Amino acid sequence: MGILSYFRTKKQSSASVAKERLQVLVAYERNQRNQPDYLPQMQQEILAVIAKYVDVSVEDVQVNLDEDCSILELNVTLPEAVKG
Amino acid sequence: MAEIIVVTSGKGGVGKTTSSAAIGTGLALRGHKTVLVDFDVGLRNLDLIMGCERRVVFDLVNVINQEATLNQALIKDKRTEGLFILPASQTRDKDALTVEGVERVLNELSEMFDYIVCDSPAGIEKGAQLALYFADTAIVVTNPEVSSVRDSDRILGVLQSKSRKAEQGGSIREHLLLTRYNPARVQAGEMLSVDDVKDILAIPLLGVIPESEAVLKASNQGQPVVLDKDSDAGQAYLDAIARFLGEEREHRFLDVQRKGLLSRVFGRKG
Repeated sequence: MGILSYFRTKKQSSASVAKERLQVLVAYERNQRNQPDYLPQMQQEILAVIAKYVDVSVEDVQVNLDEDCSILELNVTLPEAVKG
Repeated sequence: MAEIIVVTSGKGGVGKTTSSAAIGTGLALRGHKTVLVDFDVGLRNLDLIMGCERRVVFDLVNVINQEATLNQALIKDKRTEGLFILPASQTRDKDALTVEGVERVLNELSEMFDYIVCDSPAGIEKGAQLALYFADTAIVVTNPEVSSVRDSDRILGVLQSKSRKAEQGGSIREHLLLTRYNPARVQAGEMLSVDDVKDILAIPLLGVIPESEAVLKASNQGQPVVLDKDSDAGQAYLDAIARFLGEEREHRFLDVQRKGLLSRVFGRKG
């Protein structure tokens, strides 16, 4: 049994992969659901402004609003070349 | 006053109509006067599953537009006492439904029945929103499969924000109905388990319906699967209905069944 379970743990079952993927996705989507409607639009516009100066893509900009809407956090990952 | 139940899922093809038919019939079998309302305007199928497709004359849209009375449109089920079907329109689209119209029809039905079971269309657009808007209770039909679970979570979000109960500061009672469950594949680690889905969606479990040949057989014949009382799916639905009515029933058909001929002949446990 010990040997069997050793081999079994090596390969994750597809069901547990599915569960992990769902947990991450559902948590993300629930978080988005609670955000105000203007946030995606705002993210697009902020991205458009930044893109005028730096070469960034959508994934490089993250806009987060905390629960009670008191802090707006904006993260922009700049491409390597700009640093130098 | 009737209790309004919406059978919903977000995703299509998970078993909403099969479940609506089974639950509505099951409630009527238990002596509750029940009406099944098909909200899938343009793609009605509840009539086919209930085997009354040739008896449809008027539909929900006709009643909303006051082209027919409710009594003209309601189809009395021939097999189950106290069960009626209100079909959807096949020729209109979902824009034919209005909040006011639906409310008027549901209010009128509410005077006549104990339970109103609303079979929702797939999606999260207008048709699905109207089907759930007036609900007291939601039965969220989910398959143990990633896209179905994700869509169920989406529809839970809609139930919690866009229903009348939510708008009034209350909440709809939510139940999870896991369908097309295959214990052998769960055991092999190829399918999400009941507990996996319960963990993710975090709503109370009403029942687990095993993947079953009886379901296709029942819909081929236009007869709700609960009437096939010997079938696993039929029994699982009857258990779910008993739980819905407040009874304690242990969950069955969750494990791989290795049944010999003897145990099949001499009855089953549980």
